[in-house]
Amino acid sequence: MPAPAKPKPKGYVGRPMKRVEDPRLIRGAATYVDDLNLPGLLHAAFLRSPHAHARVKAIRTQAAQAFPGVVAVLTGADLNDRLGPIPCAAPMPDQNSPRHTVLAGDRAYFVGHPVAVVVARDRTVAHDALDLIEVDYQPLPAVIDPEKALRKDSPLTHPELGSNVAYRWSLAGGDVEGEFARADRVIGVRLLNQRLTAMAIEPRGCVASWHAGEGSLTLWSSTQVPHLVRTLLPDLVHVPENKVRIVAPEVGGGFGSKLNLYAEEVLVSHLAIRLNAPVKWIETRSENAAVTVHGRDQIGDYQVAVTKDGTVLALKAHVVADLGSYLQLLTPAIPTLTGLMICGCYKIKAVRMDVTAVHTNKMATDAYRGAGRPEAAYAIERLMDLVAVELGLDPLAVRRKNFPKPGEFPFQTATGLLYDSGNYQAALKKALAMAGWEELLERREGARRQGSLFGIGVSTYVEICALGPSKIMSAGGWEWGCVRIEISGKVTVITGATPHGQGQETSFAQIAADRLGVPIEDVVVYRGDTNVAPYGRDTYGSRATALGGTAIVMSIDKIIAKAKILAAALLQAKPRQIGFDAGKFFVQGKRKTALDWKRLAGEAYIAKNLPPGLEPGLEASSFFEPPNCTFPFGTHIVAVEIDRDTGQVRIAKYVAVDDCGNQVNPLLVEGQVQGGIAHSIGQALFEQTVYDENGQLLTGEFMDYAMPRAGDIPDYLLGSTVTPSPSNPLGVKGIGEAGTIGATPAIANAVIDALSPLGVKHLDLPLTPENVWRAITNPGATPPVASKGVPKPDRAAPPATGTRGAPRKGGKR
Amino acid sequence: MIPAAFDYLRPGVLEEAVGLLAKHGADARVLAGGHSLLPAMKLGLAQPKVLVDLGRIAELRAIREADGWIAIGAMATHDDIESSDLLKRACPLLPEVAGRIGDWQVRNRGTIGGSLAHADPAADWPAPILALEAELEAVGPGGRRTIAAKNFFVDLFQTALRPGEILRSVRVPVTAKSVAYQKFAQKASGFAICGVAAVIEPNAARVAITGVGFRAYRASAVESRLRGKLSAAAIASAAEQAARGVEPLADLHASAEYRAHLARVLTRRALERALSRN
Repeated sequence: MPAPAKPKPKGYVGRPMKRVEDPRLIRGAATYVDDLNLPGLLHAAFLRSPHAHARVKAIRTQAAQAFPGVVAVLTGADLNDRLGPIPCAAPMPDQNSPRHTVLAGDRAYFVGHPVAVVVARDRTVAHDALDLIEVDYQPLPAVIDPEKALRKDSPLTHPELGSNVAYRWSLAGGDVEGEFARADRVIGVRLLNQRLTAMAIEPRGCVASWHAGEGSLTLWSSTQVPHLVRTLLPDLVHVPENKVRIVAPEVGGGFGSKLNLYAEEVLVSHLAIRLNAPVKWIETRSENAAVTVHGRDQIGDYQVAVTKDGTVLALKAHVVADLGSYLQLLTPAIPTLTGLMICGCYKIKAVRMDVTAVHTNKMATDAYRGAGRPEAAYAIERLMDLVAVELGLDPLAVRRKNFPKPGEFPFQTATGLLYDSGNYQAALKKALAMAGWEELLERREGARRQGSLFGIGVSTYVEICALGPSKIMSAGGWEWGCVRIEISGKVTVITGATPHGQGQETSFAQIAADRLGVPIEDVVVYRGDTNVAPYGRDTYGSRATALGGTAIVMSIDKIIAKAKILAAALLQAKPRQIGFDAGKFFVQGKRKTALDWKRLAGEAYIAKNLPPGLEPGLEASSFFEPPNCTFPFGTHIVAVEIDRDTGQVRIAKYVAVDDCGNQVNPLLVEGQVQGGIAHSIGQALFEQTVYDENGQLLTGEFMDYAMPRAGDIPDYLLGSTVTPSPSNPLGVKGIGEAGTIGATPAIANAVIDALSPLGVKHLDLPLTPENVWRAITNPGATPPVASKGVPKPDRAAPPATGTRGAPRKGGKR
Repeated sequence: MIPAAFDYLRPGVLEEAVGLLAKHGADARVLAGGHSLLPAMKLGLAQPKVLVDLGRIAELRAIREADGWIAIGAMATHDDIESSDLLKRACPLLPEVAGRIGDWQVRNRGTIGGSLAHADPAADWPAPILALEAELEAVGPGGRRTIAAKNFFVDLFQTALRPGEILRSVRVPVTAKSVAYQKFAQKASGFAICGVAAVIEPNAARVAITGVGFRAYRASAVESRLRGKLSAAAIASAAEQAARGVEPLADLHASAEYRAHLARVLTRRALERALSRN
């Protein structure tokens, strides 16, 4: 990597350190939910609807109940009035959505909808007993296509709601119609963002244990958000919050799909209480594909108003978002994040985004790595390329023209956000240098002269992380942390941010070791257990280091202040005379008589020499409330070659420069970027969750759902720029999702650039070989791009029925 | 994802395995590498009451040369074949195909006999087996018999093996190096959307295609156009006949039109590559 040599950091922070988590993971010595085995453990299994939409006329469970080893068989009729409903934490005004019962009631409304649960002494018995339950289904018309769902003659996902529209939401800023009227050109395109499945390697699962004597419930769950579960679960299962303990043991991947409270967690908790025995449920891979939240699934008609020189004046969009059949925790919020970030890293004066969110007979969509921002970055970065193509300009020049200058930060967007800090020019410049931009252009010229399809794509993205302050969040934007110097002098760090593979057991130890001046081996970071970390808002939206790391820093500073008082008493000086450096407290100028943490901790807990008024112990906890979000950014540059005969895309070069502010551990940053780009390669080139016209899931296993594999990943050239965030004292921004946000549009732009000599202007994702081959064979049939010289002001609101054709070219199609 | 209960039997010699199949009849299934049968059982698509595992029958894993032929035991893994020095020298098409199957884990467990007996229309092995005009040796209650490759693949997941018969070995003739396999893999499963095996003979060629139709087939229209006039120019036009007379499969991963197109492209490429190795 041709990055300039950086000064070697003095402490741990800034050093590329291997993860302390890794040895136990690599050696198979980590504890996942399915590794838990409690005495008397029972096993739950769910009977799920094979129909996308059906009336449940009768359920006969007698044969299953009589099956040897079966303890209980329960249906919606037994449970739905006692438990739940499953909450949505982000309801929209005028939300028109069904009550989310724990099991299906008299209707099943997606394939995989649980209609009954079996509890047995053995997991295989539970599964065998499912076959003995008889359900009389009367299939009903299924709603599958979200646009057809808006037609007046469409069947209804939920007949009782009277409409398939879950909500309409608009975001507007600036004089949109005025800017469109002023524009030289209006360029429009319809963009699909296909449905995806996170496919974490560890499926979901949970174990619930009821202590009848204490009346307390413990739930171990493979979740990203044990604290959110602890906030929400008590009322659903009727146990007081202070008698509920949630533990997220090792979690084998979440990517947003475990940022939720699922019906199975509520049911398994209830079953443990009801049967007074521990109950385990482990999701199968097929269940994971069908009933763990999906991501993306938006169709957008986008228009930008531009002047001849490439200045983007305004943007208008109407997005149809497919929410699936009901709401999970954050389902309705995802498309709104797309709206908030739709300006990308450009000074666009006016924006209007209308979202029509639709219920269909499919699994719910919700957060998936990036959660609304990849959709926004894809749209705006495709649009910037189209502006360049339509106006005959250089795509880099168009981007530079619309960037805010580094001196313009904090930068207010037309969508109402305040971008904290940025230097988009610097990231672009560095990426161009790393990519060898001029040589890349020459290579493209040479390839094109020989008739080869070679393309270059650029994406200059910005995203939003570490969401806060709390007033913009539904359940708090703060984070909690605690630091304790143990009596032995060892350091215990407890975070409420619940990292589960992102590496904060390492990076938080780096932060703590530096700030306390102790060896990193003396620091242990605990996470994921609400009895250990009583409060937290967990991991999502790349928030853990920015918010959780800051709570650790704040706690350490409180401990240092207290330790100075103690040291002053022991050294017979005044606290203001005490210096602290490299783990030693001393009277300024008298380092020889310095006290270390071990000595001070002993004094603090033995407590015989404490000054009057000083409490024993050396522990502090803190809530960090951020003043603003953070806005990481960067430039990704991709070169692709396309096999003209087969349509196969090969990534010939991949360069990414990401700016996540200060970096605590560059190795973790690089790992996050690598994994994030891998997810994007999947979305850009082959991943898609597909239902057939009857609502059957066609991609229900790894034989059909195309995950990226090692062989699909090119050699990355990764670099970074560092623009510290003013939103937290660490100056960090977040890097967990940046790769997934920046990469998809860069890859798509490269493929479409490669096809551009054939007259192709746009092609929808995923850019599978057949999709690309069809474009090569018949470029005239690729999606049209509308480019109008004389714009007509639109009457803003989307049509009442929501039916829209693709943008028309020259008035005919 | 949890199979129904079954009995597991592991005979040590082939005759015992044949006897167990005769005893259990339709309730029993033969387990080779398990890469198709076990997933089918997990999904509930197959529910055999008895599994007869051939994994401990040593003779089934040997690869031997005799009289101008090489006999490959049905339980030879894809990796055994990929790494066989004998095959690299005497029948290089098979190691080339083996190297394109699945991934390392699949190649370490999956077997040539299991794959052939399963007759998945997207499996790789049928293409080289047809192109090499291999012979398949079956053992059953009535003794041994030999089935020509062209008669072996009957239909989707159906072979000429009779109930109670076990595939013992695959025999291929010692072949020159002018062979090639071209594959376009389904992205998720690694199975062939199209796989083309080409064998160049003096002034003729044999071409077999898997993944495109409901069973693998010899591209006879291509072969007849090349008979007696094998040249780079002839290959390009002959390859256009690669999907002639075939009704291509269509699914989530490839349309019929695209499969037929790939058959033409990969046939040309396989023949060109095989010819270049002449």
